[in-house]
Amino acid sequence: MSTFLGMPATAPRGVGNLRGDQPFPEAARTALGNAQLRRNLAHATTTIRAKSARVVGELPDWQRLRDAGSALKAYTMAHLPELLEQLEERVVAAGGVVHWAADANEANQIVTDLVRATGHDRVIKVKSMATQEIGLNEALEAAGIEPVETDLAELIVQLGHDKPSHILVPAIHRNRAEIREIFLREMPGVDPALTDEPAVLAGAARRYLRETFLRTKVAVSGANFAVAETGTLAVVESEGNGRMCLTLPETLITVMGVEKVVPAWRDLEVFLQLLPRASTGERMNPYTSMWTGVTPGDGPQNFHLVLLDNGRSAVLADEVGRQALHCIRCSACLNVCPVYERTGGHAYGSVYPGPIGAVLSPQLTGVEDNASLPYASTLCGACFDACPVKIDIPAILVHLREQHVEAGKRPTPESIAMAAAAYTMDHPRLYAAAQRAAKLSRIVGRRGRGLPPPLNGWTTGRDVPAPPKQTFRDWWAGR
Amino acid sequence: MRIALFATCLADTMFPAAAKATVQLLERLGHEVAFPAQQTCCGQMHINTGYQKDALPLVRRHVRTFAPYDVVVAPSGSCVGSVRHQHAMVARRFGDEGLAGRADDVASRTYELSELLVDVLKVEDVGAYYPHRVTYHPTCHSLRVLRVGDKPLRLLRNVRGLDLVELPEAEQCCGFGGTFAIKNADTSTAMLADKMRHVLDTGADVCTAGDSSCLMHIGGGLSRLRTGVRTVHLAEILASTEVS
Repeated sequence: MSTFLGMPATAPRGVGNLRGDQPFPEAARTALGNAQLRRNLAHATTTIRAKSARVVGELPDWQRLRDAGSALKAYTMAHLPELLEQLEERVVAAGGVVHWAADANEANQIVTDLVRATGHDRVIKVKSMATQEIGLNEALEAAGIEPVETDLAELIVQLGHDKPSHILVPAIHRNRAEIREIFLREMPGVDPALTDEPAVLAGAARRYLRETFLRTKVAVSGANFAVAETGTLAVVESEGNGRMCLTLPETLITVMGVEKVVPAWRDLEVFLQLLPRASTGERMNPYTSMWTGVTPGDGPQNFHLVLLDNGRSAVLADEVGRQALHCIRCSACLNVCPVYERTGGHAYGSVYPGPIGAVLSPQLTGVEDNASLPYASTLCGACFDACPVKIDIPAILVHLREQHVEAGKRPTPESIAMAAAAYTMDHPRLYAAAQRAAKLSRIVGRRGRGLPPPLNGWTTGRDVPAPPKQTFRDWWAGR
Repeated sequence: MRIALFATCLADTMFPAAAKATVQLLERLGHEVAFPAQQTCCGQMHINTGYQKDALPLVRRHVRTFAPYDVVVAPSGSCVGSVRHQHAMVARRFGDEGLAGRADDVASRTYELSELLVDVLKVEDVGAYYPHRVTYHPTCHSLRVLRVGDKPLRLLRNVRGLDLVELPEAEQCCGFGGTFAIKNADTSTAMLADKMRHVLDTGADVCTAGDSSCLMHIGGGLSRLRTGVRTVHLAEILASTEVS
């Protein structure tokens, strides 16, 4: 392993899907104007919230399970180098090959070279956040290799030349009429009489995917967990497409963020209870696939594990922010987030949307490349309560806001106003004078009047309260 | 009991009725209220916007001002949340362990109004009279930072003449979020629109809560729509009597 001198690198620019084209407020404005999206999101998040709350409520030891999940992740982060080396040793001993990728470019190159070496030009893919993060599909396409997403929602996104907008339900922003149009336009061999009945749409995808599973020799997956003790990889899913990809091809390439390792086999007992209940609101996910290296005569005979850093070491170096690496990608925080529910995932610009995205993306890229994301929250705390591994997302948001402010080299109107306000607040006589001045603003404060920038955002949808005739302080003094 | 009032800068400057009501209520219940004049702001806006360095003197001032008192009350879940969960953090952030210890000490004696009434003073019926149809919005910081639970509702249920109606989706944020309301004005007002729809669905003429900031946001929206529905701080309802 190489030795780091100084701070670990963040995820490189120009590759992958961690940075948006627009700051959050602008991207959100576009999304908020889309009535269909607002309806879809409100319906989907409300439904899944209720479902998850029901199955979480069944477990008397849910809070202790959360504590256990949190403690296991904290232990893992504290022992990450040793656990990864142990994982490598066990995977190699079981017949697999392990590759270390410092960033998205290295990982994309490794996977492209591995696919090329097989002589095939198409891969089937299990839904994976890590490969979305690094832009693997784009890299494979550039190398003349066709990646086929096999998760239904991910396939809809891919055929629609679109981006995922939810960790678990990537096509949450699409309705069935739109999906029918995408299939008719893009799906090879689709029945032109396709209707927008959900069962018919699923049937069309099933036919197309079955054929693709049977004629494709290379698969690419992510991993939900990797057990250091045994070298076992685990993928959990609902549709069975993952099981097909993990068992049918000759070659399997798994790209996994380094934080996905868990110390021991028995730790899965905790996470396999937490994940489905927090995520899909199921007691148990329909498919749990586990494999350890290569088994002669059974499943892929060539197995490659690509361990991806891409900024994770930089996150790990931050004492407050490192909890973001505890995430098990359940998306419970998205489903309870009042901001996500209104804006959807695209507004976050990164493959990781919602509250976890607002703390993970800026850390992976460096906060200045995603400076608006830590502010894309009211700090309402619903995400912290919902997180199955108890990531204190509001605390990380506040921490990243400070990083952003401290990174500012020149004073801004905001920083000047904040410094002035703090100075005033630290001098009670000045403060009382400022309160009296505020009373003069009774004129601007009249109903329906606008405030000057940057406060005009308030008056677009809200009246300004009229300052009172007498402050509390003055009332108290006159008693 | 002698209780120090932390009025909060927002109530002091913009919503004095909430702070006055807190005083009147506690005095009616037979307690002595002090208002330490050196108080200003807890620094929450600075901390939550990323200006912890600017907040440090405000934390120091707050701790110095309230250290001599056995019990401190504020008519705000959000400001008490900051005192309880952020002040020591800011002090430690700048290496001041002594201040952090004193901040924790003050925090342990600081209560949001419904906490003080129910947990410390052990009273759920404050003898109030308020003949209106009222719905209660549990503010995020009182709910998820302080965990006040149903304490405000227990107090409201004991108010004579008050018709309490349940707010649908009550636990969802109203969209205020401090500087979020300005920085992300569009998202903030979209959240507000849903909150207002739920408030209007209840048919209440008053929406109450334990935080002037969230009420300023909800009230500003209700006023803009000319709905006729008012926002009133919980303290004002609890302070109302048949005489007043």
